[in-house]
Amino acid sequence: MSMQRISIDPITRLEGHGKIDIFLDEKGDVANSYFQIPELRGFERFCVGRPVEEMPLLTNRICGVCPEAHHMAAAKAADAVYHVDPPRTAKMLRELLYMAFYATDHTTHFYALGGPDFIVGPDAPVAERNILGVIHKVGLEIGGKVIQMRKYGHETVEIIGGRKVHPASSIPGGITKILSEEERKHIEEMGRWAIDFALFSLQAFKDIVLANKTYLDLIVGDVYTHKTYYMGLVDENNKVNFYDGKVRVVDPEGKEFCKYEPKDYTKHIAEHVEPWTYLKFPYLKNVGWKGFTDGKDSGVYMATPLSRLNASDGMATPKAQEAYEELYATLGGKPVHQRLAIHWARLVELLYAAERWVELVTDPEITSPNVHKVPTEVPTEGVGIVEAPRGTLTHHYWTDERGIVTKANLIVGTTNNYAPIQMSTNKAARNLIKGGVVNEGLLNMVEMAFRAYDPCFGCATHSLPGQMPLEITIRTPDGEVVDVVKQFVD
Amino acid sequence: MSDKPKFAMYWAASCGGCEISVLNIAEKILDVDANFEPVFWPVAMDAKYKDVEAMEDGSILLTLWNGGIRNDENEHIAHLLRKKSKILVAFGSCATEGCIPGLANLSPVEEIFATAYHTISTDNPQGIHPQPTFEVPEGTLTIPTLKPVLKTLAQVVDVDYYMPGCPPEPHQIAAVIDLVIQVLQGKAQLPPKGAYIGCGNSTVCDECPRARNVKHITAFRRIQEVAPLDPEICILEQGVPCNGPATRSGCNARCPRVGAQCIGCYGPAEGVLDYGARLITAFASVVDAKEPEEIEAILDGIPDPTGQFYRFNLADSLLRASTAAWKKNGH
Repeated sequence: MSMQRISIDPITRLEGHGKIDIFLDEKGDVANSYFQIPELRGFERFCVGRPVEEMPLLTNRICGVCPEAHHMAAAKAADAVYHVDPPRTAKMLRELLYMAFYATDHTTHFYALGGPDFIVGPDAPVAERNILGVIHKVGLEIGGKVIQMRKYGHETVEIIGGRKVHPASSIPGGITKILSEEERKHIEEMGRWAIDFALFSLQAFKDIVLANKTYLDLIVGDVYTHKTYYMGLVDENNKVNFYDGKVRVVDPEGKEFCKYEPKDYTKHIAEHVEPWTYLKFPYLKNVGWKGFTDGKDSGVYMATPLSRLNASDGMATPKAQEAYEELYATLGGKPVHQRLAIHWARLVELLYAAERWVELVTDPEITSPNVHKVPTEVPTEGVGIVEAPRGTLTHHYWTDERGIVTKANLIVGTTNNYAPIQMSTNKAARNLIKGGVVNEGLLNMVEMAFRAYDPCFGCATHSLPGQMPLEITIRTPDGEVVDVVKQFVD
Repeated sequence: MSDKPKFAMYWAASCGGCEISVLNIAEKILDVDANFEPVFWPVAMDAKYKDVEAMEDGSILLTLWNGGIRNDENEHIAHLLRKKSKILVAFGSCATEGCIPGLANLSPVEEIFATAYHTISTDNPQGIHPQPTFEVPEGTLTIPTLKPVLKTLAQVVDVDYYMPGCPPEPHQIAAVIDLVIQVLQGKAQLPPKGAYIGCGNSTVCDECPRARNVKHITAFRRIQEVAPLDPEICILEQGVPCNGPATRSGCNARCPRVGAQCIGCYGPAEGVLDYGARLITAFASVVDAKEPEEIEAILDGIPDPTGQFYRFNLADSLLRASTAAWKKNGH
């Protein structure tokens, strides 16, 4: 077969690093592409035999970037296993920890990762397209603010969870931590600062990105558009919620397709297996797996900040609701299919997380010592769902009568978006490789396509300068190198 | 090319928490920038293996390695970086002792696949498992092969220093960076090879503010049965299995301070040959019973001894793996 192959090896990852192989046909156009995940650690196997109260501690270690999400999903699943409803204060403390984490995580992504493409510009010199470039553009003061935001977030996580990374305090029936008034005051100050920081970030996005027609055209353009289903957790008023609620899915026209309780997820979600990658591809069971294709007849869905906004009727806090309305007014109504708008949606969520942080920490019951309810029922089976920053996170455990795990099933955030990411990178490649000519811009365009999802396996999330090293090697079928295009590769 | 000493940080089978903890040293990261030239740091820059292969042996002064050795690619890079580095540090629990992913050593790899690709939500009627090489219509695709058991870094290559913790606490990372900078300036000396750095030499109990009254217990309780615990008194003495007595100090007893038991993420305390054996001894010393039946009844209160005693340390323990997993390793 006379196909040329292009390998993109980002060599950055979480669950293994991602690798993209693009095959060209005889004319030099893209025949197909494969986004591979090269690692498996086997948590679903070795969680078996462990006590269910350890799940919030063990599954933390799936991801050191979003351990808080696994901690919460596992704790909620363990509550369900024991049929226990934690006291209000316990749930608020968990959610408060989670909001501080969300604000931190979204900040890291926006300023270090996604932001540089817009703030510095997608066509800026490669060396400038990083967090340092962002600071040059908007001033050193902002760099200090970003560090401050991350500090405040992690400090709050540590006060409630014990540790900045891998918190330890959520247990079946509640939480082990009682908040003192002194700690409460400190967390409130940090939360109020976070609201100002979120407002500032949204304003910066408007001034720098939306006011620039080139950037706006890039956001609304076709290259990054896919019409898929959208998923997100909503409260009883169909407002976005990160910690609790029902999972709502809307169709590509924005109409509610289904809304389910966590325990019913297997009625709605299934996972497809391919032999060329270790990661599975979740899809909507009642639509079906139709391959890597979008539209109403394909079960592919997206679960990102933009998906959560698309799948909801709004935000539950006032300033975030204003920002939500402005986003849809600017981009022409719901749902928004343009993937690059995920960055904007992430900032709307940053504001919501900060507002909710202050709401929770100023609740009169937050310092109550009533933080745990001892489970009394025989443990059986339970599902816990939260919204991880990178998508809906599902933990499901079965136990014996002693609460020892006999079976586990995990559908993690980024996994939800595996099929859309494969589609987005494929589309970007098809647009930029024609007649065997590889445009230099391909590198950043492909990079932007999957960076918008903030994929954990592309985990430049913890990249300090926000650079994604990429190299595309074009080879003949015999392996002879005909061209090499590099970025951040000396 | 600067004449600053070269620095590398690599991850293998890990969660990324070690990198986040490095970021959490905040402004201190500027000291790293001022004193080192990063040459290989996939989170921050180019990570091309070929460039590392082209370097002179021993040309990287300091390499921080996090993650266990889970597949053939991890193993290859471990050998490569060992050759190129003067000082190789096993950074974090995964590299030093296998950490939670090391619990995979309880099962043969086939069982891990049979679980992961056949869960309740997986639609896989043909029983497809990922393949190291697979022919698609357009050509051949490859992915790394999983090793039969997960290994620690020192089980694969020679290691100079160990930095424990899951992840290492930021203040400890900052202290190690300060030390290395002082060594570079001739103001301090490196510790002896094989030393544990960025941690204490005693146990978590020694850093824990809770009072120990040498009180004996008549039953082990699971934390959800008794929470919230008395905030002033030793968690183990309240009957909840706390791994503090066998675990190395360095974290400042963070988990006990929020009412949660130590789960042992800093690994064995100084001089401990086998973590689980030490912990069993520590637990036995607080059990108030003389008759074998009584003792057995109390120990039944620990429902998962393997996880309790080897949660982070299985891959580096005397056991290393279950017999079933180990046999597949060619032993």
